[in-house]
Amino acid sequence: MPLTHLEPSPEQIEQDKVYRTMGLTEEEYQKVKELLGRKPNYTETGLFSVMWSEHCSYKTSKPVLKYFPTSGEHVLQGPGEGAGIVDIGDGQAVVFKIESHNHPSAIEPYQGAATGVGGIIRDVFSMGARPVALLDSLRFGDLDNSRVRYLFEEVVSGIAGYGNCIGIPTVGGELQFDNCYNGNPLVNAMCVGIMNHEDIQVGQARGIGNTVMYVGASTGRDGINGATFASEEISEKSDEKRSAVQVGDPFMEKLLVEACLELTKHEALVGIQDMGAAGLVSSASEMAAKAGVGIHMNLDLIPQRETEMTPYEMMLSESQERMLIVIKKGSEEEIKAIFARWGLHAVAVGEVIEEEVLRLEHKGTIVADVPSDSLASAPVRHMPSKVPASYLANQAAPNWLPEINNYEKTIKKLLGQPTLASKEWVTRQYDYMVQTNTVVAPGSDAAVVRVRGTKKGLAMTTDCNAKYLALDPNEGGKIAVAEAARNIVCSGGLPLAITDCLNFGSPENPEVFWQIDESVKGMAKACEELKTPVISGNVSLYNETDRGAIDPTPVVGMVGLVEDLDHVMTAPFKNEGDLVYVIGKANPEFGGSALQILIDGEVSGKAPVLDLELEKSRQAKVLEAIKLGYLASAHDVSEGGLAIAVAESVFGTEFGCDLQFDSDPAVELFSETQSRYLVTVPEASKSAFESLIDDAVLVGKVTRSETLNIDFASSTVTLNRPELENEWRGALSCIMSAKN
Amino acid sequence: MKTAVIVFPGSNCDQDMYYAIKDGLGEEVDYVWHAETSLDGYDAIMIPGGFSYGDYLRSGAIARFAGIMPAVIKAAEQGKPVLGVCNGFQILLEAGLLPGAMLKNKHLKFICETVNLKVENNETQFTTLYDKDEVIRIPIAHGEGNYFCDDATLKELEENNRIVFTYSGENPNGSRADIAGIINPAGNVLGMMPHPERAADALLGSDDGLRLFQSILNHWRESTHAAYTS
Repeated sequence: MPLTHLEPSPEQIEQDKVYRTMGLTEEEYQKVKELLGRKPNYTETGLFSVMWSEHCSYKTSKPVLKYFPTSGEHVLQGPGEGAGIVDIGDGQAVVFKIESHNHPSAIEPYQGAATGVGGIIRDVFSMGARPVALLDSLRFGDLDNSRVRYLFEEVVSGIAGYGNCIGIPTVGGELQFDNCYNGNPLVNAMCVGIMNHEDIQVGQARGIGNTVMYVGASTGRDGINGATFASEEISEKSDEKRSAVQVGDPFMEKLLVEACLELTKHEALVGIQDMGAAGLVSSASEMAAKAGVGIHMNLDLIPQRETEMTPYEMMLSESQERMLIVIKKGSEEEIKAIFARWGLHAVAVGEVIEEEVLRLEHKGTIVADVPSDSLASAPVRHMPSKVPASYLANQAAPNWLPEINNYEKTIKKLLGQPTLASKEWVTRQYDYMVQTNTVVAPGSDAAVVRVRGTKKGLAMTTDCNAKYLALDPNEGGKIAVAEAARNIVCSGGLPLAITDCLNFGSPENPEVFWQIDESVKGMAKACEELKTPVISGNVSLYNETDRGAIDPTPVVGMVGLVEDLDHVMTAPFKNEGDLVYVIGKANPEFGGSALQILIDGEVSGKAPVLDLELEKSRQAKVLEAIKLGYLASAHDVSEGGLAIAVAESVFGTEFGCDLQFDSDPAVELFSETQSRYLVTVPEASKSAFESLIDDAVLVGKVTRSETLNIDFASSTVTLNRPELENEWRGALSCIMSAKN
Repeated sequence: MKTAVIVFPGSNCDQDMYYAIKDGLGEEVDYVWHAETSLDGYDAIMIPGGFSYGDYLRSGAIARFAGIMPAVIKAAEQGKPVLGVCNGFQILLEAGLLPGAMLKNKHLKFICETVNLKVENNETQFTTLYDKDEVIRIPIAHGEGNYFCDDATLKELEENNRIVFTYSGENPNGSRADIAGIINPAGNVLGMMPHPERAADALLGSDDGLRLFQSILNHWRESTHAAYTS
C-alpha cells in the first residue's frame, strides 16, 4: 500500500502549516485556497509548492526579466519554451539554452553536474533539434580548500561522464575561482542544437481527446522536491537533502535523443516537453496551460521503478531522462514502435481534456484537481531594493593604481592564477571532438562548430566577469554581454543572440535584489545595442551560504554565425613578421582587474566603463577585417589585460614578439579597459587594414623566437615563452595533483 | 567498396565513421543496426566508438552478445577488413577477435587530445599508404584505453609484427608497450584506440587518418581486381 493514508489531511495541512515546510509562504497558501475554492490536499499542496518555487515560477525575477529584449529579425522562438531558436539561413536554425545546477552540485557534485548536462540537452532536443555542442560555465571557491577541490574534480568528472557518453562534444565554457563560491559552486550548462525550420516542436497539449504519453526512464523517488531545494540557501542541513539530487543515466538519454528525433519527424506528434525541474507536474501543467486545455492523467499507468509510490512522490519526482509527449489519438501503436526500437517505454497515461484542469487519478480516485494555469501563475513578488553601501563607497573611492616593481614576475604570477591559467586539465577530460564538427576547440575566444553540409559554422561562448559586477552590476552586466560578443567576433562570427543564467544570492536581501535589478538592466541595454536578443535563460537565486551571497554572476551564453568557415579566426600568432596591432587605448582602469586581485586579494573602486557605441562599431570593424582576410590572428583583451592577451597568443606556437609602447607600462600591460583587441596583420594587408581600422596602433612584429620583448620609454619587459607557458599550462594540474 | 558501420545502442562515433567513409573516402556506406544478423553484401565492417549499452559493466562486454556479432565474426573469418575503433576495439577484445583487455587510463581520467602515433607496421591492408615509423597525428578520446596483455601475448604480438600503432612520445593512458592498435594473425581485423575517422578532414586539424581508409580501399580494389583477372 502506498503510504497515502499517512499524509496529513487538508485540515491538518492548514492547521499545522505543513505548507510552510513544503516551501509555500502564508500568502501563497491563502492564494492557493482562493484559486481552488477549498483547502488543497497533500498532493495538491506539493504541486503548488514546487510549481511556485522560484526555480519553476521566476516569481521574484519576473519583473526584472521584462527588461530583456526578446525578439529580433532572426528570432524564431523566444523565452518560454524548452529553448530559444534563431534562424541561420537555408531553412536551418540554431537552438540553445543555458541552465544552472548549482544547488545539487554543491551537495552531490558528480550527479549534480551530470544531470545538469542531461537536463539542458533535453531542453534542446525537445524543440526538435539535434544537440551539437555543450558548454559549461563553472565557478568554484578557493582551491586551497580541500572541499572545493573535491567539488571541482567531481563536477568536471560529472560533466565529462555525461557529455562523453552521450556523444555531444563539450567545446567550451569558462572556469573561475573565487572565495565567494566556496560553499556554493556555480555549475551552468549550455547546449546548442541545429534543426530544420519545419521540425520545430512546442511543448503544448493541443487537441481535445489527444493522447498524453510518458516516454523514457521510469519514475523513482530521486529528486523529489529538487526545485524547492534549489530555491533555498545552502546550509549545513543541505546535506540532508541529498535525496533531492537526481541520478543521471547518459546511456538512457542517448537512446531518448535518438528516439525523440525520430519522433519529431512523425506527423502524429503534437507536443513534447522535458520532465525537468518538478518533473511530471511541470511538464503536464505547462503543456496544458500553454494550449489553454486540461490534462487528465492516470497515475497507475506511470512507469515506476519503485513500489508503492504515492501520487505526491510520482508527481514531484525528478527522475531523469523522461519526456511527456502529446500525440494524435489513434497513433499510439506507431509511437510505441519508435520507442521500442530503442528499448524505451512509451506509455499512454492520459488525455487532453477541454476543461482547463490538471486532474490526476490514482487507484480509482481523483487525487488532485487544479486549474492548469494556476500552477503556472505564482503570485509575482516585488522585492524591495536598496543600494548597497559598498557600492557607494567603491564609486567614491580614489582611482586604484598599482605599484609594480617587477613586470616579468607579475605577468608570470598572473598566468599561474587558476582563473587565468590554462584549462587543459579540465578540457582534456571532455570529448570535444565527437561528431567531427569541432573546427575551433576549447581554449580559444569562442569555439566554432561546423554546420555539416554547409560552409557555415556556429561560434559559441559563455562569459561573465563577476568581479566587475561585484563593483558595479550595471556596468558589469553590460560588459558580460559585450565580452561574449567580442569573443564571437574574434572567432569570425556575427553575434546572433544570447541565453543567460542569472546566478545571484537571496533576493530577499534588498541589496542583492538591487544587484539583480541593475545587472539585468545593464545586460538588457547591451543586448539592445548589440542586437543580440535574449532567447532563453534561467534564474538561480539563493546562491548563498552562511558566509554570505556570491558575487552577482549573470552568465551570458552567446552564439554567433560564421557565414563561411574560411572566416574562422583564432588567437595564436600565425607567421613570423606579421604586424602586431592594438585596437583601443588603455586607460588606468584597474577596478575588478586580475592585477588588483593579485595585489590586494580583493576588488575595489570602479569597474571599467563600457562605451556601447564604441563597442559596437569596433566589433563591426574587426569582423569586417576578418571577413576581408586582413587578419592572421585576433584576440580580445580581457582579464589580466594586454600582457595576458599577448602571452596567450604565443602559447602553443614557435613565436615571440618585439613590441614598443610609449605609454605607462602598468596601464598598457594590465589595465582592463574595455573594447580592446590584439590582432596581427600580414605585411601585405597593412595599408588595407589601416584604412579600415584607422585607430589601430601598430606596436610591433611577430618574431620566430622564444622571447617576448616589450619596450617602454622607461623600461623593457623581457619574457621567455617556454617559462611563461610552463607556468600557465601547469598551474591547475599542479594544484590538483599536489593537494589530493 | 560497400562499408557497414555497426550501430549499437550507445554508439556515438557511428556518424563520424559514416561521414569519414562517405565524404572523406567517397565510398558507399550504410548504418547496420545491432539487431541485424547478416553482413552479406558488405566489403568492409566498421565498429565505431561510443559507449555501447552505456558501458556500465565493462567496455564492450554487453555489445559482444549483440545479434550482429556472429555476422561480424563470420566477416572476419571470410577475410573482410574489420576495423574497431575505441569502443569498437574494446568490443573486438571482448568478442575474442583480438587478444588482451582494456584497463582504466593510468590517471583514471578520460583523456581527449590529439596524439602522435607511430606506424609500426605499414604492411597491413589498413596501413599501406603510411611509411614505416611515420608519426601521424590522430585524436584519442577514452577513459579505458590502457591496453593490457600477458607476457606471452605481448611476445606473440611483437614477434609477428601484429602491433600496428604505438603512442609516440608520451604514453597517454599507460598501455602496455605503448600499444595503440593491434591486428589479428590473418591481418584483416584491426583494433585501435585512436580515432582515424576524426582525422579525415584538414578543417578539423588533421587528415592523417584518411590514409587508413584509403589503404583499405586500395587493398579492396586490388583484391577484387585480382579476383576478376584470376
